[in-house]
Formats: sequence, structure tokens, C-alpha cells
Amino acid sequence: MGLPLPRRREVPGVLASFEHIDAACDAIRALRKEGRRNLTVYTSHPSHEVEAAVGHTWSPIRLFTLIGGLTGCTAGFAMTLWMSRDWPLVVGGKSVNTVVPYVAIAFELTVLIAGLLTFFGMALLTFPRAVRKVGFDPRFTDDRIGIFVPAQAGETDRLGAFFRDAGAVEVRNA
Amino acid sequence: MATVAYGPNLTRTHAEITSDVVATLSAPSKGYLAALFGAVGLFLIGLITFIILLKDGLGHAGYNPPIMWSVYITNFVFWVGIGHAGTLISAILYLFRSPWRTAVYRATEAMTVFAVMTAGLFPIIHIGRQWVFYWLLPYPNARYIWPNFKSPLMWDVFAVGTYLTVSTCFLVFGLIPDVAAVRDRATGWRRALYAQVAMGWTGSDNQWRHFSRAYLYLAALLTPLVLSVHSVVSWDFAMSLVPAWHGTIFAPYFVGGAIYSGLGMVMTLLIPLRKVLKVEHLINDYHFDNLAKLTLLTGCIMFYSYSMEYFVAWYSGNTFEQTTFFRRAFGPYWWAGWTMIICNALMSQLLWFKKIRTNLTSLFVISIFINIGMWFERFVIIVSSLSNEFIPWAWDGLNPTWADWGILLGSFGWFFMYFLLFARTFPIVAIQEIKEMIPMPRLRSGGGHH
Repeated sequence: MGLPLPRRREVPGVLASFEHIDAACDAIRALRKEGRRNLTVYTSHPSHEVEAAVGHTWSPIRLFTLIGGLTGCTAGFAMTLWMSRDWPLVVGGKSVNTVVPYVAIAFELTVLIAGLLTFFGMALLTFPRAVRKVGFDPRFTDDRIGIFVPAQAGETDRLGAFFRDAGAVEVRNA
Repeated sequence: MATVAYGPNLTRTHAEITSDVVATLSAPSKGYLAALFGAVGLFLIGLITFIILLKDGLGHAGYNPPIMWSVYITNFVFWVGIGHAGTLISAILYLFRSPWRTAVYRATEAMTVFAVMTAGLFPIIHIGRQWVFYWLLPYPNARYIWPNFKSPLMWDVFAVGTYLTVSTCFLVFGLIPDVAAVRDRATGWRRALYAQVAMGWTGSDNQWRHFSRAYLYLAALLTPLVLSVHSVVSWDFAMSLVPAWHGTIFAPYFVGGAIYSGLGMVMTLLIPLRKVLKVEHLINDYHFDNLAKLTLLTGCIMFYSYSMEYFVAWYSGNTFEQTTFFRRAFGPYWWAGWTMIICNALMSQLLWFKKIRTNLTSLFVISIFINIGMWFERFVIIVSSLSNEFIPWAWDGLNPTWADWGILLGSFGWFFMYFLLFARTFPIVAIQEIKEMIPMPRLRSGGGHH
């Protein structure tokens, strides 16, 4: 029995491939000026120039890290303090509940849960988009910059001409 | 120019970088296969030894009162330490935006994960009854008594467990974009494997946006974690009252030593590996010079720490402390004590000379001495200190047996086997981070965003 993954939804549109980053960024800015917000831009590595052109705001991944850290820290202290009181046992003449030694456990759990939630947060934030089947070309993970614009049949010719004028080396309907 | 920041000899395009790294995954050379068979052979020695220990018990190992922590705990501390240089290079130097780490960090991060995996075997081997290892986890035993969280051994369980988990996340996370790049060039079963590991990565703006932040946060979490892990390991010793263990210097001393030993292992691995995988142009003198400078810095920390240990033992006026350190230099384990000082504090001082730092043969030889010296450091701290704690009539020595050496050899085999398999299956050089340092082509002349 397979995993209950959602079926990939195909999105029609135009896919352009660029060799030059400045030409690609100009095209992104022009498309955004037209009011198109649903662009997908592919690069082989993170680029601040592309990021600025696309106009992203802050990534909510930080909330996953923060919530994970706070949960881990609370769980670390709660677990050690509760377990010490659940069966009070004096070991080595030390008092049953001492916070200082438990800092080590709380710190490790802070990092552990924050790290795991960051990892899963990343999967959660990118997964819903990954199941949307939009145009892609294997050269985008190599050396090309790709721009995919969702478009209806009537506007593909105009978008194709726009991309060619902007300096795209390859344009196709996807 | 970014190429200068990466290294003086790199003039490659983005597509060439992908090709170079994909080429490392092609048919293995004879040298690689010989190394892999050697590693598997050592691992089998360890496995057979372990099976005999499992069947007959720890009596085969050279445990001898008062030395009830012996070679296995020496190995544990040694292997945990090895991992630390990997995290320093991959996470801490990432936060410092140090450009030379790019070419070597993937290999060092993989080294970290496999070294901590190796270390994790030893407490389990040492407990003798491996089938009850879960007693270390926080669950109440038959009398409903919980574990003692005031014990540094419990802190260790959490520290090493967290370190292994978060380091693995960091390694896998950084691999995803590179595996996607390789996927798009691969064929056959490799393409199917990489497609699974890449988890649908396409390099879209949305993926990079979250990836960059998540990677930064993981690096920021790993930075204090790596400092804490060997501090916690050092407290296994420092929290006791054994002379030569009960010192406040132990945490920074152990962290410095861990990074030093890890850098030694990085060089031992990378100097031959770059040749076997033909990536000499990607991992070049520039990177080894920087690795050697870090080794020199941590070697000086070792020099200082050893001097301070002897000074504090003398200055404390404590007879037990003074006797332990006198016997460390002139007692039955003098040979181990001096091996540690010569290999760690003195050999590293050769790295003041640039000619030695950029000569890979001499660096390789020094790195082997570092590995030997750091294993002996752990041996001296554990065995030499325990052999003469307190009452002289209880003093005794350790006689390591075939079971101790078999497990030690097996641990090297286990570690090298995983590392070699990783190096041939996944990109050992970080493709996307190197590409990030090479400017993309432009239609118009002039600078970019930065």
C-alpha cells in the first residue's frame, strides 16, 4: 500500500531559462511590476540578488526553531525536576531537586527539539509547493536560472516574446 | 573576486563544478577499493571480537581494579573528540563566513557523524550487558526509580545523543540541494536513489528562502552544542574526586583537544582522498594551509593546557595531585605521557612554518602523529590517573588484551568503512556553496547585489 500522498496538480504556464543573472532579475522585476506574484524562480544556489528581485519577506522557519527551543528547555527542566520528586532519593548528600545539574539536560533538549523542529519545519514549508507540478528543467540545478510563470493558453505567446526580449536563452510552454 | 576568496587556483564555471563533483561518483579506482577492503577487514576483526565479548563477557578485556575505565572509554572520548573539528568547520566557520571551509566542510561534517556513531558504540560495549542499554534512557526501573540526573553520565547520554541527531540533520540538510544537482545528471539506480534523498528539491526561490534560514539556525544551534558536548564528556571526569581529573580547566581543555584531534583526522582523511577522487583543484594548498593554521592554534591550546595541569598540580600543594602528575611523567606510564606531550604540544609547533603547512606529505605525517597523540592523551588521562588514585596498596596497572586492541581496530574499520562508502555515494564537496562563491555571468558589466 502506497503512502497517501496528494496527487501532483499540473499547473500550465511558460518556462524561461536564463544564463545571465542580471537579465533574469530584470525579467522578474518587470513581471512583478505587472502584478504577477505567483512566479517560481529556480537557481542552482541561493542568490541574494534573485531573493531581492522576487521580494521575499522573512521565512517563518524561525518560529519552528523558537518553539522547538522553548519546548525543549521547558521539557528538560520539567522532566528532571518531576522525576526527582516522583521518587525522592538523596544521592551523594545532594538535595533532591537542584536546578544547576539539570541545566545540562535542559540545554541539550533545547538544541535537540529546536534542531528537529527546524528540520521538519523546512519539510512542512516546502512540501505543499513541491506537490504542485510546475515547469522545471534539470539544468536549473546546474548553471541556468529558470523562471516559471503560470499562464492560460491565451497569454503564453505574449509571455514567450517577453522572455525572449528579456534575454532568455530558451522559452517553452510547460 | 569570489574566486580569490575561495582559493587562488580556482577558475571553474558552475557547470564544470557540477561535472567535477559528479565525476567523483563514477567507477571506483583500485586505490579506493583497496582502502575499502582494508576498512571492512578491520571492521570484521572488531565484530568478531565483540561477538566473543558478547558470548563470554567482559572478562576477556583488560579491566583490572582500580582501572575500571580503560581502553573502551579511552576510545569513546577519542572518537567523540574527532567529531568536533567537523562541526567547527561546518557550523562555526559558517557563522564566521569563512570562505575556505566551503571545499572541505562536507567531508568534515560526514566525519563528525561517523565519528560520533563510532563513539556511541563504546559506552554500550563498556557496560558489558548490551541488551539492557536502555537503562540509560529516562524511564523508571523495576522499582520505579528514575535515572539520577545529577550524574554527568546521564548528561553524557543526552549530550552525545543530541549531538549525533542534530549533526545528522545538518549533514542531510546540506546534502539535499547537492544531491538534487547530481540527480539531474545521474542515470539508472543512482538517479532513483538521489531522487528519493533530494525529496523533490528543485532549487526554487521558495525552497532557498527557507533553506538558507534553516541552515543558519541549525549552524547557530550546533555552535554551542559542540562546545557543550566535550565539556559534558570532560565532566564525566572532572565531577569525580580522582586526582588529575578534578580540575576546572577540564572543559576548555577537552574542547580544545577535541578540535585538535578532529583536525588531525580531517587531514588524514582528505590528503589521500582528494587524490583518489581527483579533486585536487577543489581541495588545494589554500585549504590545507588554513586547516594547518587552525591545528596550530588548537595545538597551542594543548601546549598551554598541559603546562597549566602540571603547574596547578604543583601550585595546589595537594600531595595526591602532585604524585599523579609526577608519575604521569616518570611512573610506569611515562612512555604514554611523553607520547602525548611530544605528539600534541610539540609536533604542532612545526606548523609555524609555511613550508610545512603547504607540504602535504609533512602535513599527513603530522596528522598521523596527532591521531596517535590524542588517543594517548585519553589513555593517559584515564588509565594513568586511575592506576595511582589515593591509597598506594590499591595501585595497579592495566594489561590491555587482544579484546581491547580488536575493538580499537574494529572502530577504525567501522569509521573508515562508512566514510569511504559515503565519499563514493554522495557529493563529498559541497556543490552549491562553491557555486555561491563564483560570480554568475552577466549581460551588463558591473557588480551584483553585493
